Parts: sequence; structure tokens; C-alpha cells
Amino acid sequence: MSANPSPGFWSVALRKLRRDRAAMTALLVLALIILLTALAPVYAADIARNDPFQSNLSGSIMLHGKSVEILAPADNPLHLGIEPIGPTWQLGPYMFGADDQGRDVAARLLYGGRNTLLISAAAAVICLVLAAITGIIAGYFGGWTDRIISGLLDALWAFPIFLLAISLSVVLIAHGLTIGPITLNADSLALPIMIIGIIYVPYVARPIRGQVISLRESEFILAARSIGAPAWRILALDILPNIITTLIVFAPLVIALNMLTEAALSFLSIGVQPPHASWGTIIQDGESLIYTRPLVAIAPGIAVVITVLALNIFGDGLRDALDPRAKLRVDQ
Amino acid sequence: MILTILQRLGHMLFVLFGISVLVFLIFFATPGANPAARIAGRGASPATLAAVTHQYGLDRPLPVQYGLMMKQLFITQDLTSFVNLGEPVVPELIEAAPVTLSLVFGAAVIWVVFAILVGVLAAAFRNSWIDRILMVISLIGISMPVFWVGAVANLVTQGAYHDTWLFSWVPALGYVPFHVSPFGWFKALIIPWVTLAILYIGLYGRVLRGNLIEAMQEDYIRTARAKGLGPVRILLVHALRTSLISFVTLFGLDFGVLVGGGALLTEVVFGLQGVGELTFQALENLDLPMIMATVMYASFFVVVSNAVVDILYAFVDPRVRQS
Repeated sequence: MSANPSPGFWSVALRKLRRDRAAMTALLVLALIILLTALAPVYAADIARNDPFQSNLSGSIMLHGKSVEILAPADNPLHLGIEPIGPTWQLGPYMFGADDQGRDVAARLLYGGRNTLLISAAAAVICLVLAAITGIIAGYFGGWTDRIISGLLDALWAFPIFLLAISLSVVLIAHGLTIGPITLNADSLALPIMIIGIIYVPYVARPIRGQVISLRESEFILAARSIGAPAWRILALDILPNIITTLIVFAPLVIALNMLTEAALSFLSIGVQPPHASWGTIIQDGESLIYTRPLVAIAPGIAVVITVLALNIFGDGLRDALDPRAKLRVDQ
Repeated sequence: MILTILQRLGHMLFVLFGISVLVFLIFFATPGANPAARIAGRGASPATLAAVTHQYGLDRPLPVQYGLMMKQLFITQDLTSFVNLGEPVVPELIEAAPVTLSLVFGAAVIWVVFAILVGVLAAAFRNSWIDRILMVISLIGISMPVFWVGAVANLVTQGAYHDTWLFSWVPALGYVPFHVSPFGWFKALIIPWVTLAILYIGLYGRVLRGNLIEAMQEDYIRTARAKGLGPVRILLVHALRTSLISFVTLFGLDFGVLVGGGALLTEVVFGLQGVGELTFQALENLDLPMIMATVMYASFFVVVSNAVVDILYAFVDPRVRQS
């Protein structure tokens, strides 16, 4: 309830945030990760020098003056299966090795990171917008409107999140989605964005509803109403600015949650669909190689952990700066 | 008191109805492909499609379809899988339940014990290096994808270090029923338990620390201090007791969610044939009746267990009863 947009509120919060060393470090790490993934095409073209979306079943590279096959027969007596090239640990082709189709893992990590970041951020925008709309309407109008919206949110909330995501994915990803003139292909990134964007709406909408209910009784809203301001004007000009801080505090935490969810859905092969890659799909690719080439699964996992950790730390800092009493559970 | 309980039960029925409608709409009314084709699975013959259309009443209006679906799921329980050629779905689900319950129950014991340990230690040594290290570890625990932790645990205990003295006791992946061998059951589940518990230790540890620190500012703590009670006694008896209230609420919610499908990723990674694994296999075959059944039963379990927790609360906490 500290959300009083009096002059100086934002600059005070910003100063507090700047003094928070952990939050600033986390922000730096996030900026670095975004920069690295933005450079994915440069890395693929100039350092890895291969196409990370093209199978490379019979190629070979020169390593320490020797020619090494990218996909060699496995090292067992019958030579059953294949063993992709391991990490070379030098800046160049196959720095982190290849996956089971001979694709460069390091380059795929950068491209996958782009999708993971894009999906998590876009889904967070959807989630926050939907939560703000439902929370404000339910909280401000009360009565039956509130009862119906809260009932729907409760139903969504009681759903185990993965089952909800699975139900939506299995229906949408198998056949794509057609609504009127808009057709989304089954491999469109918009589908995981929509699915992930919907499932966390109750987590944010509930606290916003509560906040709006107490705002509704406050004097400045009563004053606005008594001079005959229409409802839309009160909602847009008086209520919305007051819940903006809550939305900002929730943003990094929701992005972090979305990232874990994206990884999990892609791991279950109902998230990002080929030919696209994400950190989740790379972990899935790597799971079959876990005992021979563990890095394929471990590297994207570490990328997820670092990014989510940075988001959580930054989110904690943001909350301390803006609204020490906001509460969001980070849940899987 | 009775009114509170009735109100809660009424709310529960409302949410149950809402969920069933939601699931039904997701599967039967999403724009796009024909639901009969989805239910019958890939490459079904026209005869199968006709049978599906008849069984689910897909040529009839939506409310009739909804009624038929609910009847097959809960009353006659004869919903069958088309992908697995007429295998009834509900008994399979009941068979898988003990695996999921074993997994979640064991993990819950671990996470409650360790979360209390972490929360109390961090609050007791607030702002010291112990607190800081515990909170950083908790934050890392929250930030790790559980299936990835599972894959790494498998790599360590089944692969690279399996032959060392440390992990040579670890059995191959899979479930051992308790009544076959209690010790085998324990050995098969201990690593999945820890994997699943890590996230919740971090989560609950952080929540408990916050609640404890908040409780320590309360008046009754000052009274206890003024009476001359020792700091350990104040923290463990007075502050911890009130702090555990929100801990218990969270626990009720999370336990329900995990049994109702949240443990899916852990089951898949460790090859445990529980409800989650069943859902996952159904997902791979696009076996929609199976998915509908698991989703519906699991979310009902969550809703009912939440209602039970709330009602128990009304018995335990007089403040809830009065409001």
C-alpha cells in the first residue's frame, strides 16, 4: 500500500534499488545473458561456423591436428549407437560438443536462450495484463462480477499447473489453433507463450483484487465517485497507477516462473516444438546422452538456473525497493 | 461452525463444477480439429471415429456431451482408451496412485524437517553468514528445474559414480512396492524424494524465516522475554508455533498439488510408474481419454484436499471459526 505516486516515489525506489548490490549484480548478469543470446547468429556464423539447426551426420572437424568425426560409432564392443563429439573447450566449432544429430550445442544454447527468454517475457506480459484486468474488475465492481471471476480464478488455481498446461498443450500443439482468420501452426512459439501466459494469472490476480478492494474504500476514490467520474476513468486513472508497483514487483518473479515452466513443458515435448530450440528442448535432447555426453543436458540446465536465480534476486531487490509487503510464492 | 463448513463445502462443489467444465471445454470445444479425431488418436479408421462420435455423443449438443463425459468418468467408470484398444482408464489410474503417494509422502517428510531446520537456523542467526549462506542455497534450490536436478542425480548415482562406494547401493531406476520389500522401497525412492524435496525446502525455509522474523516483533514475544524466558525457548516454542500456521496452509496446498500431478516430472525422470508417468505416457501416445481422466481426478483431489485442510483449520484455529 506504499503505492502512492507522489513526486519522488519512483526516484526514491530507484535509489534504493541502485544501492542493492545483489540486485544490481543480478541485473548485470541478466543484461549479459540477453546480450549473449542476441549475438547467437554471430556466434554460429563466425565462431562455431556451422548451422545449429542442420543435422550433421557425417561431418568431421580438425582437432589438435587430427580429423575427428562429429558423430562417431559408440565406444562399445558392438559399436551400437552413436557418440557425438565431446566438448573441445576452445572457442570454435563444438566448444560444448554436439548433440545426437551432430548439431553444435553451444550455438544451440544461444539460439535456445533467445526463445526461452522471449517466451518467458511475452508470457509474463500476457499474465500481468490479464491479471490486472481480472483483478481490477473483480475487486472494483464486487458482487456477482467478483463472485464469477473469483470462482473462475479459484478453479484455475486449484488445477495442478502442469495438468492444465498439459491439457492445453495436448489439444493445441497436436493440431495448432484456428480462430477465425488467425491460424497458428502447431510449431508456432505463440502457443507455448499463450499457455504459459494463462496458467499463472490467478497468482497475480488475487493479490491485485485484494488491493483494489481496499483502494475502492479509500477517500480519493470516494471523492472521484462523488464528483461523478465514470467507472472507466476511475479504473484507468486512479486504480491502475496504484497497482502498477505490484505489477512491477511481480514481473521478474513471473518471468522466472515462466522460464521454469517453459523448460518443463519443452522437456515433456509439449512446449517449444522443432525446428525451434529452447533451453528445455536442449535438456530433452541431452537426456538420452546423459551418461555419455552429460554436458548436452547439463549446460542448458545451468543456463536456466543462472537466469532464474538472477531474476529471483533482482525480483527480491525490486520488491524491497518498491513494496516490502508484496508476496508471491515461487512454485512449480 | 456448521455454517462455515457448509459454506466451504458449497464453495468446493462450485470449484469442482468449474474445473470439470473447464477441462471439458478444453478437450471438446477448442476451435481447430474435430474432437473425435483427437480422442481416437493418430490415424484412426472411419469406423473408430464413428464409434467415438457415438460413445461421446459428439453429434449431440455440448451440455449432453458434458453429461455423458461425467457419467463415464465418475459413475460408470467405463471410460476406455482408444489408443490402447479398449483398456479401461480408471482402474489403471487407481493402480498407479500408491507410487505417487509414496513419492510425495516421503518427499514431504524430508522437506518439512529440513525446511524447519533452515528457517529456524536462518532466523536465529539473522543477518549473519549462516543466514546468508542458507538463504543463497534456498534461492538456488528454488531456481533449479526439478527434472534437471533429477537427470543430474541420475548421472551421478547411476552413471559416473555408480561403482564407487558412495553410490553402489543405488538400485536401478524404477519402483519397488512397499509390501514386496520395505528396504527396497526406501532405496528406490530416497533419491527421488530428495530431488523433489529440494525446491520445497528452499521455498518453505524462506517463508518460515520471514514469518519467524515477523513473529519476533510481536508483543507476546516481548512479554515472554520480560518473563525471563531463554532465547531458544522463545524462538522454538513461542515464535515457531504461530509461524507454522502459514507453513501448514502452504503444506496442504502443495501436498495436494503434488499428488495431483505436480510430481509428474520427478516420476518421469526416475521412471516411477505413478499417476504422473501415466499422464506422460498418455501424452506421448496422445491418448486423450487417459489424460482427461488423470486431469479430472487429480484436480478433484486437489480441490477436495484443500477443502479438508480449510475445514480442519476451522476446528484448530478459533479465529477462522468466528469469521
